[in-house]
Amino acid sequence: MKAAEDSIVTTAVDEFLAWGKEHSLFYLLFATACCGIELMQTGGPRYDVDRLGMIPRATPRQSDLMIVAGTITHKMASRVRTLWEQMTEPRWVVSMGSCANSGGPFSKWSYSVLNGVDKYIPVDVYIPGCPPRPEALIDGVMALRERVRRYRTLGIRDRDPYVVAGHEAPFGSHPGKEREATR
Amino acid sequence: MSALPFSELAARIRARFPAVAERMSENRQPWLLVPAADLLAVCQLCRDDPELDFASLCDLTGWDLLRYPAQPPSDAIVVAYYLHSLRHRHHLTLKALAPRACCTLPSVSAIWPAAIAFEREVYDLLGVQFSGHPRLTRILLPEDWEGHPLRKDYAYPAAYHGVPHARAGQWFEDGPARAPAGAAPPAGGAA
Ligand code: SF4
Repeated sequence: MKAAEDSIVTTAVDEFLAWGKEHSLFYLLFATACCGIELMQTGGPRYDVDRLGMIPRATPRQSDLMIVAGTITHKMASRVRTLWEQMTEPRWVVSMGSCANSGGPFSKWSYSVLNGVDKYIPVDVYIPGCPPRPEALIDGVMALRERVRRYRTLGIRDRDPYVVAGHEAPFGSHPGKEREATR
Repeated sequence: MSALPFSELAARIRARFPAVAERMSENRQPWLLVPAADLLAVCQLCRDDPELDFASLCDLTGWDLLRYPAQPPSDAIVVAYYLHSLRHRHHLTLKALAPRACCTLPSVSAIWPAAIAFEREVYDLLGVQFSGHPRLTRILLPEDWEGHPLRKDYAYPAAYHGVPHARAGQWFEDGPARAPAGAAPPAGGAA
């Protein structure tokens, strides 16, 4: 962006769109376990992510960002996938806490907990912690904003296609629902 | 309108059902072992006898006796009924054994409707078939889950719907038994 005169700014369309997206990351109001409490706290008056343009939305179709806050069981995983599919593009995913990253405290001794939500949906930012403090969540969101800033709506996209590396059946719970990489 | 001690509760029940046995747990909590054949009649008596008047089924749960230091050793599934009388303020624990091979008990859901959800949970996690239950389906796990995880001989699934359980580089050599990927349903899983 360049300031030419007092009140005139010239920029590229893509940069302008990215700037807008970066500052209005509406997130899906979605929490499955104790990490959700920290997510709510982050949205509360003390940490107030509203000042970053992050407003919780009640439906996936209005959301840009899914913060997976909490334990995901095998039963829940297909619902998470459905919610993610309902989000409009471009969509972003933050995996919050050890459970969503890798199964966390349940990864070894639980039969039903999914060891990492990235087996079902592609994750942009992982935030460690059990639970991560609101500061850590905000830090993760700032890292995501770097990524959003580099996203190009019209030009070359700085983002991986929707493939989860390392899994032969990445979206195995949804036979027939696999979709082409859309970008 | 007076709370009866356990000895009197047990005496009232045993006068009608002599096969019911008094037992004491290690932490000095008395309970009654009810043969499966008498279970429904005992529960009906507990609810309808005005001196007992157990209107409330507080909890219904179960556990697997396999590898449990019980005397004598057993591999049955225990189902426990925790009863409370709102009027007399006394309570009572009944337990029934479901043999592992033919894991069936009569459902008490007609006596206490609260048992409908409890029995579905015990069925889901331990595989006890409650005969006479209106809708005995899984309540916590997905409908197509194989096996009953709280049985001690349950083998953990290696994958669910093609999604592997372990992450790349994760190992389970000292963890619970795991079925090899693509294996038949685990032992103890037969419903
Ligand atoms: S990572 Fe910890 S705090 Fe977060 S959902 Fe899992 S157990 Fe709860």
